Amino acid sequence: MYPENLYYTKDHEWLKVEGDEAIIGITDFAQKQLGDIIYVDLPQVGKVLEAHQALASVESVKSVSDVFSPVSGEVIAVNEALSQTPDVINKDPHGEGWIVRIRIKNKEELNNLLKAADYEKYLEGLEH
Amino acid sequence: MINIIREPLIFEISSPGKTAVRLPEMDVPEKKDLLADVPLRKEIEGFPEVSETELTRHFVRLSQMNYCVDFGFYPLGSCTMKYNPKINEKVAAMPDFTSGHPLLPEDLVQGNLELMKTLEKLLLEITGMDAITLQPAAGAHGELTGMMLIRAYHTAQGNPRKYVLIPDSAHGTNPSSAHLCGYVVKEIKSNERGTVSLEDLEKEMTEEVAALMLTNPNTLGVFESDICQIADIVHAKGGFLYMDGANLNAMVGVARPGDMKVDVLHLNLHKTFSTPHGGGGPGSGPVAVKRILEPFLPVPVIEEKEGRFHLNYNRPFSIGRVKSFYGHFLVMLKALAYILTLGPRGLREVAEVAVLNSNYIRKSLEGIYHLKYETPTLHECVFSDKFQKDYGVTNLDISKRLLDYGLHPPTMSFPLIVHGALMIEPTETESKRDLDLFIEAMKAIAKEARENPELLKSAPHVTYVRRLDEVLAARNPVLRWEKTG
Amino acid sequence: MSYIPISDRDKMEMLAKIGVNSVEELFSSIPENVRLKKDLNLPAPRSEMEVLDYFTEKGKKNDFSRYLHFLGGGAYEHFIPAVVDYLSSRSEFVTPYTPYQPEVSQGTLQVIFEFQTLICQLTGLDMANASLYDGATGAAEAILMGYRLKNKKRLLVASNVNPQYREVIYTYTKNLGLEVVEIPYDQSGRIDRAGLTASLNDDTSVLLCQSPNYFGVIEDVKSLAELAHNQGALLAVVISEPVSLGLLEAPGKLGADIVTGEAQSFGLPLSFGGPFLGFMACKKEFVRQMPGRIAGQTVDVEGRRGFVLTLSTREQHIRREKATSNICTNQAHCALRATIYLETLGHEGLKKLAWLNLQKAAYAAEQLTSLPGVSRKFSGPVFNEFVLEFPDRWEKIDKKLQEKGILGGLALGHHYSGLENCALITVTEVHHKEKIDAYVQALKEVLS
Repeated sequence: MYPENLYYTKDHEWLKVEGDEAIIGITDFAQKQLGDIIYVDLPQVGKVLEAHQALASVESVKSVSDVFSPVSGEVIAVNEALSQTPDVINKDPHGEGWIVRIRIKNKEELNNLLKAADYEKYLEGLEH
Repeated sequence: MINIIREPLIFEISSPGKTAVRLPEMDVPEKKDLLADVPLRKEIEGFPEVSETELTRHFVRLSQMNYCVDFGFYPLGSCTMKYNPKINEKVAAMPDFTSGHPLLPEDLVQGNLELMKTLEKLLLEITGMDAITLQPAAGAHGELTGMMLIRAYHTAQGNPRKYVLIPDSAHGTNPSSAHLCGYVVKEIKSNERGTVSLEDLEKEMTEEVAALMLTNPNTLGVFESDICQIADIVHAKGGFLYMDGANLNAMVGVARPGDMKVDVLHLNLHKTFSTPHGGGGPGSGPVAVKRILEPFLPVPVIEEKEGRFHLNYNRPFSIGRVKSFYGHFLVMLKALAYILTLGPRGLREVAEVAVLNSNYIRKSLEGIYHLKYETPTLHECVFSDKFQKDYGVTNLDISKRLLDYGLHPPTMSFPLIVHGALMIEPTETESKRDLDLFIEAMKAIAKEARENPELLKSAPHVTYVRRLDEVLAARNPVLRWEKTG
Repeated sequence: MSYIPISDRDKMEMLAKIGVNSVEELFSSIPENVRLKKDLNLPAPRSEMEVLDYFTEKGKKNDFSRYLHFLGGGAYEHFIPAVVDYLSSRSEFVTPYTPYQPEVSQGTLQVIFEFQTLICQLTGLDMANASLYDGATGAAEAILMGYRLKNKKRLLVASNVNPQYREVIYTYTKNLGLEVVEIPYDQSGRIDRAGLTASLNDDTSVLLCQSPNYFGVIEDVKSLAELAHNQGALLAVVISEPVSLGLLEAPGKLGADIVTGEAQSFGLPLSFGGPFLGFMACKKEFVRQMPGRIAGQTVDVEGRRGFVLTLSTREQHIRREKATSNICTNQAHCALRATIYLETLGHEGLKKLAWLNLQKAAYAAEQLTSLPGVSRKFSGPVFNEFVLEFPDRWEKIDKKLQEKGILGGLALGHHYSGLENCALITVTEVHHKEKIDAYVQALKEVLS
């Protein structure tokens, strides 16, 4: 159900590796929890982040959620389309709804992330 | 005659050349060029122009679209939507009280100062505390003031400390007030009874914690029975116990925060003390303290000497001002009139019947709606939508359907520790008949949830407007009228 | 008198349903040792008639109605048309709660929307909130908002901003490790330029000025905005007498980023200081950092226009400790009064009101300064307040004027050194020519 080629975190972020870079977004589970997304607070390009640091925040009408960076790196691009149509995260969370692109600092940190099967198992555990 | 007119905005009714009041003519010689070098405006773009008839009809029609306490039951948890006595309104409208400029010489406002001092004394008796300020404008403002007093004390001791502990069931104003005071908030978990976990508190309470902010009874309506132990744990490490007094209606005249080792608390005059909510304010949030914090109270402090009243600004340890002037004077008068009307027995009866009414509703709805915590509750109880979720119905749908029954819904989605919450606080000013009407409506809705969930999901049906698109409002904010074309 | 509609019989039925024998049992969760064993020591209950007598008697202990006053300094006496009390005291406006259930609160929400619109129109900015507590906390919130937007620790506040506003700013900022710097004024009564440029640097988030300021002098908002913006800082303007906006150019059009202030002049009686009415407006791009509730327009499922509270993720009930402010209950009913008042006056009414205030104050200033030894202290242009300097300490002159039934103005010496012989005098449309002439005559006698 969840794309095999992505990494996942327990905070419901996904990460797609592209060479030395990675794209980050929130998972389908997260967007369902939030409901209709109305605003995304994006970071500045150039911002340097440690793993688990808050990267962005996503707002629905009645809640706000922080998006944490799965790995350390530097922001090299943000999804500008989100300022006009934040709901693309609801429609296509793993594709067009990407949030930031970073340059990975340390590829070893990828080992700490979950693969699709692990993430799905984790979600099943949450429902109980 | 039901108002079926769709009321436009005043700007849409407006047309040039009208005014709804006639001002007196100029009676001094006019000078030109008084403001020669100052940018002036030729007009106030879009400003309305209507006659008195249109103005009056506009507001009368708008008023008819509002549900209010004077119309019906308003069981919002932790808001204490009790009846607002009309004698209070009359007193607060007396010219002796409305027409005084706040900077008049003290000698000319002895009546006003005496009334404020009297209210202070009565509130101290009710709360069992030593000193009080009436300056804060609302509960949240009182919370901020209370936290500032705590911080000032710790700073004077040499270390402001870093953290404030707040239960996960707390109202949002608690953490935001602590944060505004420069503290980092640490959450304390609630236990299976919905009260503060003593183990968690022991673990988190250190000498870097300035205070614990506690609502008592808490937002579930549960009294923190361990309050004295809680106070001891906090005091042992030199911290303060702050009490959020929003739920005082549950225990006024029955028990006093001051007797529970509370060091500082705020009151909401617009809750327990019957002053009206006015669509969102004004309220008033007095802060009462134990002697240890008295030197830090905001200025000015009202002092009494030989029957004369005096404003003392010479308070070297004061945190300063939290607001202009003295606080919400007219709101204070309403609260004072209320206390004088009820007397000691009357106030006690408030808590007794508030608790009776809430428990009656709780017993009547148990089994029909899910109650997360079995713990006994006082003046409010929190159900959830768990049973109705089986049919795809949420607390939102239940609330919206209540509107079709002519009733205002309970508080939703708060406290955060109960998912899908319905927080019900009837208050003491509801008759058994009105309570039964509410109970019957809630039972009917539970049945509808099983048999016809679509009816709930599309509710409300009979209100002036039906369910509103809040996503649209937030995505494309239109926050003012603008002229088109 | 009890407002409790539960009879003894009702009580018995309800207790039976609950399954307890007495109401006492329902309080068992409150430990014995903290329960009150006797009644509170409060006065015995009064009948409604006695309550009225009580307050009437206390009211008589006030002794100000026989004086003619010229007091301002953050609270202004204006005439309030009868419709304001009449309409605002309707049950449906006095007794509802915050409009969290919009379907049954369209009255409240539409009033807020109209209020926000009027504030935007007056201030020349894009978006306004549903109210703050007062001008003083508005000033503090504006400073904090500027800091959140720019993230620089230096905050500038003009020293000719209302002293109470500055006190509140100081109380709010001192726990947050921020640097508040005061900017002096010059002989025009305006912000001293040299003083400003000395303190304004690129580490500044915001400059807060008041216009008309505490001395009644109108600041050059346009050039202050330019100076601030050149250093990457914001300009916040606080207004304590917004009737001036009926005449003066909107600060938003002159470059102000945030405009806040006290709207008590709009239909609220003096009330011995409260409840009053703070307002705030800002440029569109800053709205997510603006504190307070906001009403927005939307549609319902049938396409009908309606209003809701919106952008709630800024607020405490959602964002908790990361909220823009902790404000929850605001001044909604006061904002309703202001909305009725402004819509009653309307375009022509507000402009005329401002003109009356301006001219009467100018006449008073001219007449008073024609007396020997009395002069304008500051040279800058004023609206309805001005500072005069007298041949002696103001306290002495004030005392003698009081013996003649006149409260001639507010002392300034305890707030500003060098102004011990000065007073702040306020004149509004309630001062008929005869009243102003009476003041002049009384002062003439006092000085001779």
